[in-house]
Amino acid sequence: MELDPVLLSRIQFAFVVSFHAIFPVFTIGLASYIAFLEARFYRTGHPVYEELSHFWIRVFAVVFGMGVVSGIVMSFQFGTNWSVFSFAAANFLGPVLSYEVVTAFFLEAVFLGVLLFGRHKVPAGTHLFAAIMVALGTFISSFWIISANSWMHTPAGVELQDGIFRITSWGEAIFNPSFWPRFFHMALASFLTAGFVVVGVSAWYLRQGRVRESASRALAMTIVLLAVIAPAQLVVGDLHGLNTFEHQPEKVAAMEGLWETTEGAPLLLFALPSQSQERNFLEIGIPKLASLVLTHQLDGEVRGLKEWAPEDRPPVAPVFWSFRIMVAIGLLMITVAITGLVLRLRGRLTESPRFLRLCTWMIPTPFVAVLAGWFTTEVGRQPWVVHGMMRVDEAITPSLTGPMALFSLVGFILVYSLVFIAGAYYLVRVIRSGPEAYRPQREEEGRPKRPLSAVDTPLDEAPMGASS
Amino acid sequence: MELIDLTLIWLVIIGLGVFMYVLMDGFDLGVGILFPFAPSDQARNAMMNSVAPVWDGNETWLVLSGAGLLAAFPLVYVVFLPALYIGVFLLLTGLIFRGVAFEFRFKARTSRYLWDRAFNIGSTIAAFAQGAVVGAYIQGFRVENFQYVGGAFDWLTPFTVMTGLGVVAGYALLGAAWVIMKTEGEVQAWAWRTLPWLLAAVMIVFVVVSVWTPLAQPRVLERWLDNAYVLWVFPTATVLVAGYVWRAIRLRHEGTPFVAAMILFALFYLGLLISMWPYAVPPEHTFWDAASAPESQLFLLIGFLFVIPIVLGYTAWTYWVFRGKVSDKVGYGH
Repeated sequence: MELDPVLLSRIQFAFVVSFHAIFPVFTIGLASYIAFLEARFYRTGHPVYEELSHFWIRVFAVVFGMGVVSGIVMSFQFGTNWSVFSFAAANFLGPVLSYEVVTAFFLEAVFLGVLLFGRHKVPAGTHLFAAIMVALGTFISSFWIISANSWMHTPAGVELQDGIFRITSWGEAIFNPSFWPRFFHMALASFLTAGFVVVGVSAWYLRQGRVRESASRALAMTIVLLAVIAPAQLVVGDLHGLNTFEHQPEKVAAMEGLWETTEGAPLLLFALPSQSQERNFLEIGIPKLASLVLTHQLDGEVRGLKEWAPEDRPPVAPVFWSFRIMVAIGLLMITVAITGLVLRLRGRLTESPRFLRLCTWMIPTPFVAVLAGWFTTEVGRQPWVVHGMMRVDEAITPSLTGPMALFSLVGFILVYSLVFIAGAYYLVRVIRSGPEAYRPQREEEGRPKRPLSAVDTPLDEAPMGASS
Repeated sequence: MELIDLTLIWLVIIGLGVFMYVLMDGFDLGVGILFPFAPSDQARNAMMNSVAPVWDGNETWLVLSGAGLLAAFPLVYVVFLPALYIGVFLLLTGLIFRGVAFEFRFKARTSRYLWDRAFNIGSTIAAFAQGAVVGAYIQGFRVENFQYVGGAFDWLTPFTVMTGLGVVAGYALLGAAWVIMKTEGEVQAWAWRTLPWLLAAVMIVFVVVSVWTPLAQPRVLERWLDNAYVLWVFPTATVLVAGYVWRAIRLRHEGTPFVAAMILFALFYLGLLISMWPYAVPPEHTFWDAASAPESQLFLLIGFLFVIPIVLGYTAWTYWVFRGKVSDKVGYGH
């Protein structure tokens, strides 16, 4: 069998970036939560906030460390596997990625050290400031990287001269047409991810009858936040979809599984799209709803995939299905958050074991939703690397052979699996040990300022407080 | 045509960025290279503690160098990385294992020896791969139409193996000098004993590479002969600095070997750039051929002028906070 370097490189990029993405999407939201807890503690001096902040900083440290390690690969992968794209887009991508390093990475690295080890070494105000700076750093970082990414979807502010993108307007390139909806969609997704993890872990402690005061307070605060953010995400997601409908209509056609241009297009709930036969099997849908959502008219026109040449269409089935998975999880999140809010208003939030169990089961769902969302938008960008301007198969490194790409792909899968297993194992230990293991002690001699080193749970000894 | 040569400014900035990385990650990679040779577990703890607070800040300079090259000299980025595909993969996995080992070693009990090994092997592979990059730069690349067209293993030659080993030895020298500065007692005594051997190894590689390079690369020989009236400074200074280190070893001056090792690296680095000048991607493309568009260079330069001084301030502050000797007790594990 012929090994295709383009396909292998795409799989490798998707694998590495998916693996990497689950860490920052969690830490962006968690950093803000920690800053909030620190601010509450600073204002009220209530020890519950300190206990919660201490514990979540420990979780943050592990996840952030994994994100840093997996992120180093990202900054070199553009060059190793996509050198033609890198050379063409360097005038835009180079400065944007460099700005990310100098404005965000250094900010996070320095103030994380203070946050982790400086509680008793710097004044309380400085410690709070450090927490806010770390949160700010995560947002600055996502600002630049979302700008680079959305430019690949909706390129602007550039012109192509002899195969090289030259900048005509920095403002238009950085704040390209899909930047804002994508940025806010991602920011809310980060809040949802951190929120559901906090809710799920707190609910687990409550079911076990541990740390009742801090766990019930964390659950009550966070469920209110989620009851606002989860529905808000539906609105922002819809705006993002309308933006895509305007700028990348073939992606929306794939998301809707729509082959023929239709007035009054149905919203399909289920279908098995066939790329080769240009039709769906086993369609179940709600009449006219897709048109209503996309055009705000029952008989609005939605362009179908057949308007584009077969080689210009994205792979329909993966886009169609990952979009449905994302939306389904989003609706489930809204249901859970609203249910929690109602329970809380009745004062019974911590008393329903069934609801608490449901909360814990929700922990993996935001991660799945985020990956499904990224698959929708990135697979939906195919066959373009820069939409409408450069194709993926033109972007590949010319000297890259199939066996080389296979070697690195298998290598990264092995290495990342090892790192992930060790990290996940460790994270579970930290959570099982619980906030009681991290009750603030007066003098921790904290010389090193490495993320994972802030965590004092031994890797291969039984954790305290819980039976395995 | 233009009042200021942006490409030259960027050459200085990227050159300093790469050099910052080499110096700063150099000594902590060196600590990893020397790890299995340390006299005891306490010594290893002390060594680890001495670099723990600063190593990931150091590695951020590598990320900055990568992104900065893409921004200012994209041709370098898109030729070096594909040409060294396998080497870059080894470098990255080395850095991953090493970084994870840093974190998990102090948490582990029964599996500690595995993390020790990961730390050592990862550091050594990363250092070797960086040395091979230098060798590959001297060798040059097959480039057509601004893309690398050579094979997967063109970079792996006896010459690049030699430069790879040279950087391993050089980083180990920096690491040993760092350990002398940051520790006391048993581990420091061991580092004093190791330092002369590492210095000898570095000087041997220096002589071999200095003879080998002009023999293998006529363009370097030509450049050396044309500029012999200035270039004699470099070997002379190298020998003088090496002698200075030798004297510091005999007199047990704690800070001198580290400073001198940094000067040695600066000499090698400058010597390399001057020998290769003005080629960014030899044998054909100069730094000006490799540069990005002036509007991109300018856009990033404006931001760098504001932000980089702040970053340097942070970095200096971190080193100040964690100044002084470490022991095997303070820090990580309990």
